[in-house]
Amino acid sequence: MTDLERPRGGVPAPKDWTYAPAPEARDVVTLADRYGHFVGGEWIEAEETYTTISPATEEPLAEIGQATPAEVERAVAAARDAYDDGWSTISPSERAKYLFRIARILQERSREFAVLESLNGGKPIKESRDVDLPLAAAHFFYYAGWADKLEYAFPNQRPRPIGVAGQIIPWNFPLLMLAWKIAPALAAGNTVVLKPAETTPLTALLFCDVLRQAELPAGVVNIVTGDGATGAAIVKAEGVDKVAFTGSTEVGKAIQRELAGTGKKLTLELGGKAANIIFDDAALDQAVEGIVNGIYFNQGHVCCAGSRLLVQESIYEPVVDKLKRRLATLRVGDPLDKNTDVGAINSKQQLEKIQELVAVGEEEGAEIYQPPCRVPEKGYWFVPTVFTNVAQSYRIAQEEIFGPVLSILTFRTPDEAVEKANNTPYGLSAGVWTEKGSRILWMAERLRAGVVWANTYNRFDPSSPFGGYKESGFGREGGRHGLEPYLQLDDSEAFGG
Amino acid sequence: MAQAPVLPRGFELPLEPRLPRIGSVDAVALEERAASLAKRSIKREAKVFALELAIRMIDLTTLEGQDTPGKVAALASKAIRPDPTHADIPSVAAVCVYPNLVPTAVARVRETGVKVASVATAFPSGQSPLDAKLEEVRWVVEQGADEVDMVIDRGAFLSGRYAKVYDEIVRVKDASSSAHLKVILEVAELGTYDNVRRASLLAMAAGADFIKTSTGKLPGAATLPVTLCMLEAIRDVYEETGRMVGMKPAGGIRQAKQAVQYLVQLHETLGVEWLTPDLYRIGASSLLNDVLMQLRKERTGVYQSGDYFTLD
Repeated sequence: MTDLERPRGGVPAPKDWTYAPAPEARDVVTLADRYGHFVGGEWIEAEETYTTISPATEEPLAEIGQATPAEVERAVAAARDAYDDGWSTISPSERAKYLFRIARILQERSREFAVLESLNGGKPIKESRDVDLPLAAAHFFYYAGWADKLEYAFPNQRPRPIGVAGQIIPWNFPLLMLAWKIAPALAAGNTVVLKPAETTPLTALLFCDVLRQAELPAGVVNIVTGDGATGAAIVKAEGVDKVAFTGSTEVGKAIQRELAGTGKKLTLELGGKAANIIFDDAALDQAVEGIVNGIYFNQGHVCCAGSRLLVQESIYEPVVDKLKRRLATLRVGDPLDKNTDVGAINSKQQLEKIQELVAVGEEEGAEIYQPPCRVPEKGYWFVPTVFTNVAQSYRIAQEEIFGPVLSILTFRTPDEAVEKANNTPYGLSAGVWTEKGSRILWMAERLRAGVVWANTYNRFDPSSPFGGYKESGFGREGGRHGLEPYLQLDDSEAFGG
Repeated sequence: MAQAPVLPRGFELPLEPRLPRIGSVDAVALEERAASLAKRSIKREAKVFALELAIRMIDLTTLEGQDTPGKVAALASKAIRPDPTHADIPSVAAVCVYPNLVPTAVARVRETGVKVASVATAFPSGQSPLDAKLEEVRWVVEQGADEVDMVIDRGAFLSGRYAKVYDEIVRVKDASSSAHLKVILEVAELGTYDNVRRASLLAMAAGADFIKTSTGKLPGAATLPVTLCMLEAIRDVYEETGRMVGMKPAGGIRQAKQAVQYLVQLHETLGVEWLTPDLYRIGASSLLNDVLMQLRKERTGVYQSGDYFTLD
């Protein structure tokens, strides 16, 4: 180096700066040893139970009910009673009142919920605190506002509730997905039987306490816990008028087969293999942040994760270099530490699936990069991973991994970017990074994805509809669109306009 | 007169996909990243480390019309030994003064390791003829200033005369001979992050040892996002050339908590190699006492009143 290159002065830099642990206190959460099902405003003892754990430590947290078909029937009957007994006919502003209450209580108790979410699900506390909780509360606020304005949302269509909604939600955003399901259903005048995911039932169970605090009439929301068998029982239950499912494409297809011909309404929000497309004129450092947020947010357990990075070939090298450098600064570890960026994988089963697909990627010939990183010995962990040299035909470019694993491909022209982005059975989301406004619009018109983010990624708002094309599902959640699956609408002609 | 290289028959085109490209900065995402880094929770020994480092990085500054030799002498004493009751508290990096006060400062800090920095080039506006600016730079260096904090010609920059800005920095660098050159962009007058990035690259290309946000004379001086934008430009220059350029946020950093946020940002953007006063300075005056107060709190567990810290 010339004298220009070396700083003068000779004060050596330290070898490292280790951040001291900054754990969020766990004692805001009080757990019971054993939970039953919340049916008709009361807890009922569960016949069978299983243990729910913390994926970061494998420590058992509580015994959870495994709802039998009979228990599910009981919950559906309670929901039906509550529906017939007034919820469907009380004044809409009364319904709004309860939703506003729930939203406010969630805000007040947000720390407690955030800690529990991270404890049971493994996601970093900064995400449950700054994303999951504020958005869950915002969702209730938003739909509270619609409850007495449905006729304005669907003019001349006489919106009426459907009845009992059976809702099955995933483990990646347990409380937020609960909010996405329950808020519009209640605003529209339906009652609910909801099943949280097998591995993450605790925030849904704590939410029952919020319902009591809000004095929501008994039976309007019923929560049953259990695995896929419980979910299947909800889908099959006679008294369910509408099924809403968020989860894997495989299960979604099975539900659709089951419901064919039954007259039950159905919405599905399933998997994705989203393309995050970086053009050569993009603001590179910010695009790299977007890539990181797109795939490593919530350990990549995000159905709309930007798991395929499409980089314009002319900037491939700087983007990959910057990305690798950035990866080395990600802090993987204790989900309850306020400085953790990437937490624990949600379950052993999911970890094995990620490991399997990553091994396939290496066999297929992709080049793997993982930053140097020490993860705890106990618990389920996977180091943030990047695959370069990925071909469109590789399984890691086609299948949803649902983990912190990014596959990088290149493209040369906007046409090729669109072609590659759309060349997947999925169609949930996409990201476009360019400084050119006209190109953003051009791309958005051509990308077959329910959401297209421009110069950002994984940004959600209750007023913005979310949902998929193709095997990513159908129906929209969020916004005015999110009310529609929970309403019967008459077209104006049938009623004389 | 130094000039940007003239290319025969034509103009320069970037022929390789190399960094640094001037490119652009996305304001929303930049601010989001800066805000997210500011949420790091730095506790106990990690905090003490940051606070002590912050002291060693401070350019203790007084830039007032009312500055006198007496005031500067007091400031210099504080710079050498910030906390007289605790000898293990390190000295700050430098005192930063107006040209006329350089001799006083130099006399006071001699052989203590504390440097003298002087603003120059018609600080803060820079609206003077080049020859006068160069003369000022030569004079402060002759008087013993170790570091020169110059301002860029924002009028030229904003009217697109980048070559003039570049040329002036090259000339000042030349005139400051062995003294360290910090180039003040005065970001509040540049208006966009794109401009901040462009000016940062321009200053580094022209030979800046440090790039600095602000004069401290305008509202909207150093902010976390604008500093991040400059650090990213520094990183690109380093990646491409191996040259390590320093950074100095100045103006508006008054609390220890802010200083820790700036250091976290530095640590996670440029890495641990930049955690030295050779490559990072914080231009401040009232910050020092707040850092001292926080350090004493970390040591004793209690906050002490402001009366226990000297006002200089």
